[in-house]
Amino acid sequence: MNQTRRTFLQATMAAGTIAVATSAGLLSPRTVLAAWPKSAFNATTVEDAMKAIAGSTKAADSKEISVEAPDIAENGAVVSVTVKSKAANTEQISVLVPENANPLCSSYITTSAVDGFVTGRIKMRKTSDVIALVKADGKLLTAKKPVKVTLGGCGG
Amino acid sequence: MAKKRKKMKIRAWADNGAATVKAIVFHQMETGLRKDKATGKKIPAHYIEELTCEHNGKTVLTCLWGPGVSKNPFLSFRLKNAKKGDTLKLSWVDNQGEKDVAEAQIK
Repeated sequence: MNQTRRTFLQATMAAGTIAVATSAGLLSPRTVLAAWPKSAFNATTVEDAMKAIAGSTKAADSKEISVEAPDIAENGAVVSVTVKSKAANTEQISVLVPENANPLCSSYITTSAVDGFVTGRIKMRKTSDVIALVKADGKLLTAKKPVKVTLGGCGG
Repeated sequence: MAKKRKKMKIRAWADNGAATVKAIVFHQMETGLRKDKATGKKIPAHYIEELTCEHNGKTVLTCLWGPGVSKNPFLSFRLKNAKKGDTLKLSWVDNQGEKDVAEAQIK
């Protein structure tokens, strides 16, 4: 565990530095790639994934964050999820599904040039909550929405 | 694996000084957990790790994707301070080192 956390911390720090460096035009985007947080995506529990991607599991439920997803997803392979954040200085939006083998689905690093809003499509193994984890102003905010997955496609 | 088509579709519309961007990347996004029914062997993981969106040469959004992102991933976001004719560049790279770049103009 410690090892994972250590690697991760290094990864995040590296990511932070590189992001700054990139925005300053010092590095080419190709370099940023090295910072893909492998440990976060390989984590098998929500806690580990949160720790790995955001550095902490202490996240407060927030009304400023909203998760839009279908109540019933007929096909778990394609679930459209929209995360909106009204929080000021939204830096990162991550989408997690606790029931998936690796809970972390995607993570979006936003800049001030975009609104705190992202839509994407994810896979869901089975009925579960979809958790949005937003890093804004150095704080962690979450919101979730349950999505029922019916693979049969009968809409039940 | 190499003969797959590499393609991306980007659409962006400007309205009131901002723009809505929608994009689809055609990619199979294999998780590495699925088995080939015919051979019983696992299909190796193959997914996009990182997609970068640049607006007029400036990185505005970085998407870190894992195997949990659906096949042919879709992405939509709002760009502030954008106008018609601005260029938008999306580039991605996957875990097997394949990459692609596409450019579009905001309509």
